[in-house]
Amino acid sequence: MAQIVLDRLTAEFRGGEILQTGSQHGNEWARVRRDAWVKVATFLRDDPATKMEMFIDLTGVDRFSTEPRFDVVLHLYSVSLKHRVRLYGGCPENDPTIDSLCGVWEGANWYEREAYDLYGVRFKGHPDLRRILMYPEFVGHPLRKDYPKEKRQPLVRRSQVEAGE
Amino acid sequence: MSTTELEARRVVLGFQDAEDLGPPDLPTQPVPLNMGPSHPAMHGTVRMVLEVQGERISSADIQIGYLHRCFEKESEHATWTQIFPYTDRLNYISPMLNNVGYAMAVEKLLGIDKALPERAQFIRVIVGEASRISDHLTCLGASAMELGAFTVFLYALKAREWLFELLEEVCGARLTSSYCRIGGVAYDLPDGFDAKLRDIIERTRVVLSDISKLVERNRIFRDRMDGIGIITKEDALAYGITGPVGRSTGLAYDVRKDHPYLVYDRFDFDVPVGSVGDNFDRFAVRVEEMYQSMRILDQALKMIPPGPVVVADPRISLPAKSETYNSIEAMIAHFKIIMDGIHVPPGEVYSFTEAGNGELGFYIVSDGTGRPWKCRVRPPCFAATAVLGKVLPGLFIADIVPTFGMINMIGGECDR
Repeated sequence: MAQIVLDRLTAEFRGGEILQTGSQHGNEWARVRRDAWVKVATFLRDDPATKMEMFIDLTGVDRFSTEPRFDVVLHLYSVSLKHRVRLYGGCPENDPTIDSLCGVWEGANWYEREAYDLYGVRFKGHPDLRRILMYPEFVGHPLRKDYPKEKRQPLVRRSQVEAGE
Repeated sequence: MSTTELEARRVVLGFQDAEDLGPPDLPTQPVPLNMGPSHPAMHGTVRMVLEVQGERISSADIQIGYLHRCFEKESEHATWTQIFPYTDRLNYISPMLNNVGYAMAVEKLLGIDKALPERAQFIRVIVGEASRISDHLTCLGASAMELGAFTVFLYALKAREWLFELLEEVCGARLTSSYCRIGGVAYDLPDGFDAKLRDIIERTRVVLSDISKLVERNRIFRDRMDGIGIITKEDALAYGITGPVGRSTGLAYDVRKDHPYLVYDRFDFDVPVGSVGDNFDRFAVRVEEMYQSMRILDQALKMIPPGPVVVADPRISLPAKSETYNSIEAMIAHFKIIMDGIHVPPGEVYSFTEAGNGELGFYIVSDGTGRPWKCRVRPPCFAATAVLGKVLPGLFIADIVPTFGMINMIGGECDR
């Protein structure tokens, strides 16, 4: 249904920015080179044939033991053309950073904070990259596959909280 | 355009505004004010760090996470079926809709989403729409109560209780339903469900008309709702706001209509849309949506066919209890499904349904084992809560109460 989006992407970006495209269970997806992340997203939003004006979701996936280890997963939707697309931006384990989409869709702000909080992916250019679901003194990133489910966190002293604020 | 529309509304109602006295000449300085995380006017654990100039809010930092229960991390360690109880606790005033959303995502991965028994699909629609009515009733009742209309709260909760009692007959629980199963639903509807639901719909109609009479021309209520907390259509798009809040801005997007799932394409219903995007629009959209849900229920009760309620696939559905207790084969099959879990082929899917607050998405990654590699929920009220930081500055402190109430932030869903 949204094959046209993938066709537009591959036609527009010929410099190897689109690494791979595919379709599964009715979801079209494209894997985007990390440095073209914002450029591709802006193009999808503004191009009259794709018109992805609605930001739907941004999250991460930890593909532990494969490289790139982290995928930032972005879901977009076009209200006017009624099609969707999923974009992956791969981040290697030793440098989990990617450009922030806050300048393209304001709403990306909280979703990127959540991906940072739970996976430790840093978003370059994000205006306020704080933890959102966890508390500031939390150690580690809980949705990483090497974070044990039963792990205990150190007790936070009141003096630490006051020093942090 | 929206301001003239607002003025026209007030002329129709016969309201006359007091003269604007302008800003007072008293010197003010910004004062930090902390609201929450436990505040009587906030039916959710959320903290707002405000900066106020007199009564006006100059900046708002919304802090969520107080009800974070590690839904995703727990899901990665649970079998596909064991996740249903976790989904109940996402939006806990319409748990059936979450059950349906999750079940549909897994069914897509299994490739059985087109092969569901028709009766199961109808049952899902019926319990889902009943939950939607209870969701909206709770939201409207609680918000009205916070504005002083306690009677409205009692009326709304009375009607919600009828629905909860009926759903309790269906699945045995008021809130934590866990009613859906992968491939269908757990049990068939109880005897006499049809007549009871019709009766409840009729009584709820009366309650809704009573509520409308109490508040819709009420000056106190309208003054705190009209033109307060305006969300623009552009913001709704940029923040991904869907559901009643998104539709109140004029964005006519309803998953049931635009991407029909289950049997929604067979029903005749309308999608109410607001014009201004203020609190009152959100209120009115929710009221109208309840009437539309009743229309769907009326049609579904007429059209529901007899038949099985879960797919007849021994790899997915449990054998009948009589078989399990009387034959060793069925006992082993039961044991395998309970202990190993259903085996879902590797793949990734994003499945979305219309929940009480908007597009409830499940992005699931399966690696082919009995447990998901990743089970992400895209909570609809997360987006709506995020926009508060932009909407609140410029309003009065007292405006937080109706605005926050009409956003309908549900802690369990927003924080997961």
